[in-house]
Amino acid sequence: MPTVYVNDKPVEIGAEKLNCVQVAAKAGVEVPHYCYHPALSVVASCRMCLIEMGELKDGKVTMQPKVFPGCQTPVKDGTVIVTGDYAKRKGETALPYDPAYKPGDRTKKAQADTLEGLLLNHPLDCPVCDKAGECKLQDYSYEFGHGESRLMDAKNRPANKPELSSKITLFTDRCILCTRCVRFTREISGTSELQVVGRGHHEEIDVFPGFPLENKLSGNVVDLCPVGALGSKDFLYTQRVWYLKTTDNVCAGCSTGCSIHTDANKDIVYRLRPRENLENQGHFMCDEGRWGYHYTNAPDRITRPLTRIDGALKPTDWQSLSKLKETFEQAVFVSAKKSVAVLSPFLTVEEAYRLGAAFKSMHREIRLVLGPVPLTGVDDHYPKDVKGNAVAPTKFTIRAEKCPNRTGVESVLKKLQGEVISFADIAKLTLDAIWFAGGYPNPDVVDAAIPDDWAAPKLLIVQDLFHSKLTRAATTVLPATTAFEKDGTFVNHAGYVQSFHRSVKAPLEVRSELQLAFDLAGKKGLATVAAVRKDFAKELPQYASLAEIALNTNGRLTLATV
Amino acid sequence: MPIAESDIKWIEAPKLGFLEQLYLPIVYDGLKTTIGHIFGKSKTESYPEQEPKLPPNYRGVHRLNRDEQDRVKCVACYMCATACPAHCIDIVAAPAPAGWTDREKYPETFVIDELRCIYCGMCEEACPVDAIELTTLYDLTGYSREQLVFDKEKLLGIFDATTKSGTDPVRSRSGALGPASETAKA
Repeated sequence: MPTVYVNDKPVEIGAEKLNCVQVAAKAGVEVPHYCYHPALSVVASCRMCLIEMGELKDGKVTMQPKVFPGCQTPVKDGTVIVTGDYAKRKGETALPYDPAYKPGDRTKKAQADTLEGLLLNHPLDCPVCDKAGECKLQDYSYEFGHGESRLMDAKNRPANKPELSSKITLFTDRCILCTRCVRFTREISGTSELQVVGRGHHEEIDVFPGFPLENKLSGNVVDLCPVGALGSKDFLYTQRVWYLKTTDNVCAGCSTGCSIHTDANKDIVYRLRPRENLENQGHFMCDEGRWGYHYTNAPDRITRPLTRIDGALKPTDWQSLSKLKETFEQAVFVSAKKSVAVLSPFLTVEEAYRLGAAFKSMHREIRLVLGPVPLTGVDDHYPKDVKGNAVAPTKFTIRAEKCPNRTGVESVLKKLQGEVISFADIAKLTLDAIWFAGGYPNPDVVDAAIPDDWAAPKLLIVQDLFHSKLTRAATTVLPATTAFEKDGTFVNHAGYVQSFHRSVKAPLEVRSELQLAFDLAGKKGLATVAAVRKDFAKELPQYASLAEIALNTNGRLTLATV
Repeated sequence: MPIAESDIKWIEAPKLGFLEQLYLPIVYDGLKTTIGHIFGKSKTESYPEQEPKLPPNYRGVHRLNRDEQDRVKCVACYMCATACPAHCIDIVAAPAPAGWTDREKYPETFVIDELRCIYCGMCEEACPVDAIELTTLYDLTGYSREQLVFDKEKLLGIFDATTKSGTDPVRSRSGALGPASETAKA
């Protein structure tokens, strides 16, 4: 088995083609780097990942007399890597080095010198920089850098470029020219808006005049930026990052179901970031998902139950809605064939299952219907060429289906009634009672699914986030929860299952769909997803592994594949 | 953790001698102090007629300093709010108004709850631009709790009042962000 030695620790690499940074990560050693990113091409321009390397051959280590950029240097059997952290390893020197060679000294000095160079023109305005707290320049300076700068001359102060894009601003003086953003627009989005202009000390990131950074993946350059040069205008100056509580979540924007980090403070979502998940979307997420969370904090969101009194919807409380279950049961009992329960593709698998089972237990003949599935255009594949056509191999896809869990809800419907009835089929019919479990972040989707000559049933209970044609005809309107406010499981377009924890608390008067399903089924107590998963694991074998997931409290996500 | 037996040292009360048992020497000691104060120089301050003279590092009510152009010096970095152990500082940051070329960020609102504050001075210590300072104002009163929640204008007003009256002169004109975080060059 090919073996590489990182700070004397043997790592077996098998048949993998790895560079020094990746091998070091396998050995649990961090090689600091700015320009290297696993999803982008290697340019070795930041010189932060410098390492010493040599070869173990015939029981002797021969070290090269210079330092190498770790990201650009591949390893093979017998490669010996020494990083600046060599002194931190445990135990005596294990490999037969030359007695005159001091492992790690050269790298340590090289790293400190690189940092001094990177900081020459850096303005050190950390107190007003949004990146402070999660900045690699701060972290590495603290760990590997010199304490002070020896620069005697005035620093370069290039002007900021807020006109770079409508969503992104560039603090030009903070940039360290790692060119991650440039390579992203060339290799992942393929739109090539960004480039480096100027020479030497006057190099700057810029766009061509009249061609701003506007593509559907542009927000990723903010995450890629290892310093605070590129900032999202949406998040600019809203919060300091150390106040944010990060939870792992799943984007509900489209059926890709990107794995994301949700950053929230005091139950307000401030920022979404992609979470690296090579099994699903990779390293990135689209702008629509990234900046599409605002509906959670929207002022016009339905945040308390409403009931129709004298023809108008009036706010009410849950206490006065205690008869809701009996009313609906009564309507179903009178005409089960004309009663329908709609389960939207924004519900989690757990909610859909519990709600569906509750309705089916009222009467066998009540129809469960899949709510309107939002479709916008066609699947959008990246990278693109100059003319905007997708180029193979595809590195990122924005799906046309703008809901996270159609596959999951369909699997539940198939189990509970053997078929999936689409909303269009029942929208034409005259019905007596509808329970609409919605949760649509965009009410236009619901409006578009309702025909103009639609006759509202006598009993229409709508649970949704925003007012639509349905809520305006409803007898009772119940508030819904967003994907950030509940525990659950989404199944993406390819059948990839992701369970997640809630990031923020729902508004005070909002009762979760799961709790409502428990109430409808007459179950006592607080609704928890763990209990539901145990229930349905027996009936839906493809979700059996979910029942085993321990619901730990720290918000970590556990994954399973169907 | 329970205290180990070896760490405990038992002490006996000292035995009282004949004089101690009389208590008279102790009573005499006490009276000496009392009578000494009757004839000594009076240390009583006739507050409020006579106001105390406070050292400049006294930790009283906060003020927000102004720069040379009379703009608020604060850059809304939240360092004071982060350092504050009582969580009494609330800042809403915004991009600096057009024309403020020397900075990108400024506080849109800056509110200190003076009742919640414990006057520890950590905010002053944390400030990278010397924008927040504690003054020698100590007689803070109000008719309601809301009156003692000070906003940006009120805090700037305290700067104007204290510098004008001379009780708390401007302490530093340095503190431009950036070079301030590096060692000052001669």
